[in-house]
Formats: sequence, C-alpha cells, structure tokens
Amino acid sequence: MRLTVDALSARRGEDLIFKDISFTLGAGESLILTGRNGSGKSTLLRAIAGLLHPESGRVIWISDGAEDGMRAAEACHYLGHRNAMKAELSVRENLEFWQSFFGDFAGGQGMSIGEAAEAVGLGGITHLPFGYLSAGQQRRMAFAKLLVAWRPVWILDEPTAALDVSAESVFTALIKTHLGKGGIVLAATHQPLGLENTQELKMTGFAGVMESMW
Amino acid sequence: MIALLLRDVKLSVRAGGGALIGVLFFMTVVAVIPFGVGPDLNLLSRIGPAIVWIGALLSSLLGLDRMFQTDREDGSLDLILMQEHPLALTVLVKCLAHWLGNGLPLVIASPLLGLFMNMDEVAIGATMLTLLVGTPALTFIGAVGAAVAVALPRGGLLVSILVLPLAVPVLIFGVSASYAAVQDPAPFMPPFLILVAITMFFAVLGPLGAALALRNAGD
Repeated sequence: MRLTVDALSARRGEDLIFKDISFTLGAGESLILTGRNGSGKSTLLRAIAGLLHPESGRVIWISDGAEDGMRAAEACHYLGHRNAMKAELSVRENLEFWQSFFGDFAGGQGMSIGEAAEAVGLGGITHLPFGYLSAGQQRRMAFAKLLVAWRPVWILDEPTAALDVSAESVFTALIKTHLGKGGIVLAATHQPLGLENTQELKMTGFAGVMESMW
Repeated sequence: MIALLLRDVKLSVRAGGGALIGVLFFMTVVAVIPFGVGPDLNLLSRIGPAIVWIGALLSSLLGLDRMFQTDREDGSLDLILMQEHPLALTVLVKCLAHWLGNGLPLVIASPLLGLFMNMDEVAIGATMLTLLVGTPALTFIGAVGAAVAVALPRGGLLVSILVLPLAVPVLIFGVSASYAAVQDPAPFMPPFLILVAITMFFAVLGPLGAALALRNAGD
C-alpha cells in the first residue's frame, strides 16, 4: 500500500505555487506540511485530493486490491477548512449520510455513528442540529466523519484550527490509531502533533520557487 | 445514492430550503395576472395554461442556483467529487432530489392556480400532466447552468439567463400540448410526446454536462 506523489506542480492564476514535489508514503507513515500562511500547503493537499488540476506531475495510489487507473482521491478522506456538514440536519443525520455515501474502502471498516461521536468526545449530542454546536464541537464532528467510513489515506488541512488543548490530544490519538492500523496521514498544521515516523515538508510558497527557478 | 436523495429532499423542506419559496413565487405570479388582465373570464381561461406554465418556468428558475452552491459553500461538494461513484450519476440523483423538492410542489399547486385562471377540468388536467412531464427537463437543463456558475458569488441571475434559451422549447411544447387538449382540431399527442422526448434527452445530457462543468470548476 503506497501513495506516491510524482513531480507535482500547481498553479494559482499566473503563479506557480510549488514545483516538482515528489514523495512516497507507505503504510503507517505520515507527512507533515509546515510553512507560513500562503505558502501552498492547502494547494498541495487539494492537488493530492484531486480537487485541483495539477500543472504537471501525478498522484498514484498503489495497493493489492486497487484497479489500474484508479484515482488516488478515492482512497482518501479530505478534511478541509470547511466542515462539509449541513447546519439544518442533526449530527446523526449528517454522519449517517456520509457513512452511507462514502462506503468503506477495501481493507477496513468504519465505526458506527455512536462510536465515532464517542471517539471525538461528544457522545451524547448526536441528536442536535449541527448548526447548534460551537465551532470547536463542529470541528470535532467533522473529524468524526473520517471515522465512520474507512479510507487508508487521511488528508487533513489544519485539523486542529478552533480546537482546545484536550481536543488536540484527542485528534493526535486518533491519528496515531489510524497510523497504527496501517493508514497514511498527510497533514498541514502549525501545532506539533507529536507523531513518530514522520516526514516533514517545509513549504516556501511561490517566492521560494521563484528563487530556485531564477 | 439513496442517502444523497433523502438528504437533499430533507434539506429542501427544512428551514432555508427552496421548496416553499418556489411555490409561493409561483402563486404570486399567477395570482396577480387576473388583477392585471381584468375580470374577462373568457380571456383568462384562454390564456390560463400559458400563464400557469410561465409561472412554473420562472419559479423553477428561481431555486436552480442553489443546487450545487450550498454544497460548495460548506465543502460537501469537494467530498462528493472525490468519491468513486460516477459523477454524472451523482448529479442525476441531485437533480431528482431537486425536482422532488422544488418541481413537484409546483405541479401539485398548479390545479389551484388553474382555478384562479378560470380553466375547465380538462385544461387543468392537461396543464398538470404537461407540467409533471416537463418540469424535470427544466431541472436537468438548469443543473448544467448551476454547475457552470457554481463558483460565482451571486450567480443566480446568470444561471437563469444561461438556462432560459434551452428552456424555451420545453415551454413551447408544454403550452401547445395543454392547448391541444382543450381546442378541438389540434392533436394532443404529438406535442406531448415531443415534451416527453425533450425531458428524456436532457435527463441524459444534463447530468453529463453538469458533471463535466463541476470537474473543471476545481479551485
């Protein structure tokens, strides 16, 4: 099981944000993206998730069960800045929808809704409309979405924004559990997540690329 | 996919959903016509099917821009695009849900509005039937416009303008079939069957076009 990123470059408007980024992550490995605001962390993660057409390069997912030509995005969970939950629906309805819409990827199984809510520390409130929750609780519930359906690769874009210290430790524990099960994690973050066996990629933004180009 | 259908239908009837707004707008448009035209009952019943159809067309344009935009704003669209399901199928399901939430209420409200227009039973029945068959086509056409304008803030008017030329044939055949049911020499079936054909044609082409637009809207 392997996620390979091969010479990926992406462009926003006229500017090349990053150029020729390559790395390979195997089971249980993680990659932390660091860098100041605007350095292209989110752009790289969106390109890997297949949400942004890369200027060049490709993202390849290799595993035993994978068919040829399968998009790498299908093996990924993406947690972006927005929570992808509907304020009008209850937390349970939201999670049930995503559980059934995602379906489990080959090689693992997701938790039940109750277990996932317990895992992020918000067991008793799944009946409330998502819009009633505080920003931190909403973020935790958005994270619970990753637990209800199995995907080997988690792409996390600033997962700990708007969270208190206890929630950060909960997230770190969940990420470690996922890595322990043979998952792969790519995260853009400012907080040290305290992971072992981690590669770090320091993004410099288009200024850095320009310097290296010229 | 059933989950997506249920979720979207639920959203359209809960607070902030478009279902009721469309029906209210439909009623407003049709209800003011008798006041504007005056109490000439013969004239009202003559223009009735056309007015009901125009009202339905305008109100179905009203909710179109929200079809993908709400999902984009909260990030759901990203996750929908990443899945393994064929995107065109996902869009088709979203169209069906949108029609159940926004189109079907218009069809159900149309007999009441037919009474406002002094239409007889046959005309009301024919208008309702043509709306039932024709409004899905408006949704499928609108899905393409909604997908093209998904990244634009306040793209609502743009969607209507993009979609209107393609929606005109639906209006023409819908209204002519409704008239054919009440006016004797004109046959009902040919325009009605063309309307059915338009709906089926766009049921295939609309989701494909919308899926293509959504894939390339990436940002």
